[in-house]
Amino acid sequence: MTLELHTAGPLPAEHEAPIFSAGEAITVKKRFPIGHFRVPNFIRGRHGIVESVIDPAAVDNEEEGFGRNAGSKRHYYRIAIPMTELWPEYSGPPQDGLRIEVFETWLERRPA
Amino acid sequence: MNQNPHDHTPAPDCQASAGYYELMEIAVRELLVEKQLIGPGEIRRQIEVLDSRTPALGAKVVARAWTDSAFRARLLANGRKACEEMGISFYDDTQLIVLENTDRVHNLIVCTLCSCYPRPVLGLPPDWYKLKPYRARAVREPRRLLAEFGTVIPDDVEVRVSDSTAMVRYLVLPERPSGTDGMSEEELAALVTRDAMIGVVKASVPEKTMEDK
Repeated sequence: MTLELHTAGPLPAEHEAPIFSAGEAITVKKRFPIGHFRVPNFIRGRHGIVESVIDPAAVDNEEEGFGRNAGSKRHYYRIAIPMTELWPEYSGPPQDGLRIEVFETWLERRPA
Repeated sequence: MNQNPHDHTPAPDCQASAGYYELMEIAVRELLVEKQLIGPGEIRRQIEVLDSRTPALGAKVVARAWTDSAFRARLLANGRKACEEMGISFYDDTQLIVLENTDRVHNLIVCTLCSCYPRPVLGLPPDWYKLKPYRARAVREPRRLLAEFGTVIPDDVEVRVSDSTAMVRYLVLPERPSGTDGMSEEELAALVTRDAMIGVVKASVPEKTMEDK
């Protein structure tokens, strides 16, 4: 077995590479931990699409809020959610939508 | 109206007792200085930096984007880098996404959780931006809210509301009004108001065009 030397630049640490990509269907997790969280209640449990990956990877602000910020860098994603998905009684045109940045730990992949 | 020019309500008494959070801020600030984590001038300096930012900066960025298509492309690709190119520093860790209004899409920005705002380019947010009615209605009934600002968006134009929740800030790049051909960057910047860069109104129409109508 030959040991190959990696020379193409720094390798991303664990979790630093984004696990979702643009166009993927996701659900925002529906959980209600106690404390200050940056995922508004009105999007929890809702379906959306990843519009883009927001670079660079950032510290998990939920952990940071409790003084833990080592090794917790992951990505935020710009998520698109139709207004009609958020508000079933929404009276505007169906193409209206919300864009919001959500941290990786709050997203789960949804079969398209 | 006022017979005696000296007969006025005195300025608020600065010695009024401080509230809970004010006292907490003073205590934390003094502790930070005492433990030499920050110098005594640093908070004052940061307030000075914040106060130096006004919507005039954002207006310059928009006017440049209207007149220089290569800059516009860089601005849409990375808002922060393009602003820094114009000498506008970002004193925090936020990124800036610039949202382009077109004849198909109208962008509006809000922070439903608090008052996240593109301060490096616009300065402090207006009070209404921080209040719950705006924050709730911007995501719940954006078209009715916009109409109250005098902005009626046709049904075939998509309303796209960007909610800043963490480390990204947004700036709306309004559509360049018609009748502005040949105007200088400076003249164009005068048409770009704070509210147009939040997305609650469109860029102003130049006065000459108004007269023509």
